[in-house]
Amino acid sequence: MRSAPAIPAPYLSIPCYSAPVSATVTPLKVATPRHTALVRVTHWLTVISFFALLITGAEIVISHPRFYWGETGNVNMQPLFSLHIASSRDTVPTGYPYVMPDQNGWSRALHFQAAWVAVLTGLVYFIASLVNGHFRKNLVPAPPDRSWTAFRTVIARYLRRAPPIAAEAHSYNVLQRTSYLAVIFVLFPLVILTGLALSPAFNAAFPFVVDAFGGRQSARTLHFFITIFLVLFLIIHVAMIFLAGFIPRMRAMIAGRVVQPRERR
Amino acid sequence: MKNTPPDTPSSISRRKLITTGLAATAGVGGLAVAARLAQRYGLIPPDHGGLGICGPGETMNYAVQRLLTPHSLAREFSRNMISKAPFANEVAPPSDQFKQLQAGGFADWRLTVDGLVARPTTFSLADLKSLPHRSQITEVVCEEGWSYVAEWIGTPLDAVLNQVGVLPQARYVAYFSIEHDWWDSLDLTDAFHPQTLLAHAMNDGDLPVGFGGPLRMRVPRQLGYKSIKYITRLTVTDSMKRYGKGLGSASPEGGYAWYAGI
Repeated sequence: MRSAPAIPAPYLSIPCYSAPVSATVTPLKVATPRHTALVRVTHWLTVISFFALLITGAEIVISHPRFYWGETGNVNMQPLFSLHIASSRDTVPTGYPYVMPDQNGWSRALHFQAAWVAVLTGLVYFIASLVNGHFRKNLVPAPPDRSWTAFRTVIARYLRRAPPIAAEAHSYNVLQRTSYLAVIFVLFPLVILTGLALSPAFNAAFPFVVDAFGGRQSARTLHFFITIFLVLFLIIHVAMIFLAGFIPRMRAMIAGRVVQPRERR
Repeated sequence: MKNTPPDTPSSISRRKLITTGLAATAGVGGLAVAARLAQRYGLIPPDHGGLGICGPGETMNYAVQRLLTPHSLAREFSRNMISKAPFANEVAPPSDQFKQLQAGGFADWRLTVDGLVARPTTFSLADLKSLPHRSQITEVVCEEGWSYVAEWIGTPLDAVLNQVGVLPQARYVAYFSIEHDWWDSLDLTDAFHPQTLLAHAMNDGDLPVGFGGPLRMRVPRQLGYKSIKYITRLTVTDSMKRYGKGLGSASPEGGYAWYAGI
């Protein structure tokens, strides 16, 4: 009969082999809260509706890829600029020998449907963030950061490709805060208002909106450019997620937590 | 040793579960009540459900615009805003019937008004011109994005409807082009709207055929495709179910919403 093999000497020094598991043992990694459920849900609803709006908006533009300034514009008038793409209408001179298939019917319906989701989501986010202090606490730059020096410091860090500082796992820096505020309080309201200014019924009820943009065709052209700005924001936003660490940042926006190695003291 | 916050955000308590369940039930119940009220107050367009999953947004557009701004007036422009180069989409080659009437200078053009009216009537263009007329400088806005401003002169649709006497159970006014399969309808809010015209003149001349002459519907609070050309018949009805596929106009059959206020 053989005796049980002896435990090799080095393993005896590993605590978990020798010490009983006690309540005081903490995991090697900790998860800390990052984004509230409200921020996460409204963020992803906005993502879905933004893509629906972008794709359907592009389809609608294809039916008249010419842009004008002022109240009126049509193929008998000089455009401000034209996109060099084929059109889904044979009435538009494009230089292309073919006409693309008409997708405007479902595109228009889905555009408005997505716009309703986006606007109602934005409304919930806006009211809740005013009430719970999300804007004040997380988006308005803290008083010491309200300086060009603070901006320059952050930009210099990005240019050096320095890894994000520890605090940025739980908070936004001044450049991020300013960008998000610009998107939430400038680009989103403008893209909604310029879109509404394309509706004949809305313009009948609230004519000062379309007049403020300088006419219906100006509103359409601005709607297009604001969309371009939003897409540029999206590209930079996603690029930064990849640079900062795709999985941790996605986990923070999906599960709401940041997982970090335990701090050692 | 530094304290770390407890790992709790994902744990759902029983109370939270019950509250969420109750809120969801109340939400669904509220939606059902809202749908019933919307139906009762005429906030559901006839093509609701006909545009598939893309459609509910269009129903919201109609319901909200009817609830909040039913009687607003489309913008009217000064004379110097009239477009020097208006544009009209080409329509299919005219039918023989149209060409015959055109050869006769449209003297035999008739507008038949029937359905839920006290006095079904057939109007000639001269009859229509003897009714009160209205002139307005409004913008034609195509769903594609282009537009132009023109002066439109015609008989307000409400003048025609008052002439024939609309019965109380009426809900829609359907209108038909002389050209095959080209028809649409308005709810009574737009049918009796003061700017809804049966236009027979444009920019101080007769309405050119390319722009819908001799008789075109003009609905300036909606997109151009509601402003159907070559109108020969109006039918007042309580339901659009009997016409075409029952979606209120030919547009939803091609994927475009019946309500074109946006």
